Amino acid sequence: MNDQIKGSDLKHTPHLPHDEGGPVFNAPWEAKAFAITVDLHKRGVFDWSEWCDTLADEIRSAQAAGDPDLGDTYYAHWLNALETLITAKKVSTAESLLAAKDDWRAADEHRGFGEAPVFVKGAAQPGA
Amino acid sequence: MPHDHPHAHNKPLSDVELRVKALESVLSDKGLIDPEAIDLIVETYETKIGPRNGARVVAKAWCDPAYKDRLLTDATAAISELGFSGVQGEDMVVVENTETVHNIVVCTLCSCYPWPTLGLPPVWYRAAPYRAKVVKDPRGVLEEFGVTLPEDTEIRVWDSNAELRYLVLPKRPAGTDGLTEEQLSELVTRDAMIGTDVLAAR
Repeated sequence: MNDQIKGSDLKHTPHLPHDEGGPVFNAPWEAKAFAITVDLHKRGVFDWSEWCDTLADEIRSAQAAGDPDLGDTYYAHWLNALETLITAKKVSTAESLLAAKDDWRAADEHRGFGEAPVFVKGAAQPGA
Repeated sequence: MPHDHPHAHNKPLSDVELRVKALESVLSDKGLIDPEAIDLIVETYETKIGPRNGARVVAKAWCDPAYKDRLLTDATAAISELGFSGVQGEDMVVVENTETVHNIVVCTLCSCYPWPTLGLPPVWYRAAPYRAKVVKDPRGVLEEFGVTLPEDTEIRVWDSNAELRYLVLPKRPAGTDGLTEEQLSELVTRDAMIGTDVLAAR
């Protein structure tokens, strides 16, 4: 394949991150966050320009807060923007997302060795 | 390489992993996403769509002058002739490198990128240093990529946005007269189609 950056030249450039033409996602969650966004858009939950505006805002405020924004935090911004847009569109609420996250954490803590976590809605609620 | 198969020890899910799982549960409960569609999108972008689509467009333009005319006039239509079209319905514009002009593409706001032809953007494309510097000092950025252009070459920087995506049509390398369209497409790099690479003579 001819798809390689001239890596030796780039190594001298501390502020210009680059790849080797390899996978564009660093972790499975990044791919999933990306795919959820694309699917929501396809189903008409938001326009792509709304998405771009939300993501650009997110990146701008991260930069303002001191993120050097070297591309490695890109999908963290993406995830923040996705949560923001979903709650702004009243598709879900911050509370519901947080509750589901707590349920997933509970599932994760209770899984057996080598087993996948089993999601139980409301598992993290008091008295459940 | 990250891998999914279970280990004898459990590594707790990270904060971001929990948030993505939460989104997935809440949105599929509401019927707003289909987990199978999600898996398909992931697979498609990870393995199927890549810069090879763009390379086929470029090679065809080098071999077929009529196609090249169509590509430079209405890139969206010409690219969809080959079966590639935008998931977001955005318009494509193809800009041609010549003896006197070199084009380079950026998205200064976020990272708009022609996914159907180039796959997903590389890390450096998404990074602030590239996004900021290429506008102010494109020649310096090209030097960092190991590309030195003649002093009198005009460099044009194209800023992508939500509605408009750019693809650079690189110059066909010298010494490739005898190659087939397929062989030519093998020579086209992703970076050449972003404008941060020039294709070397064979």
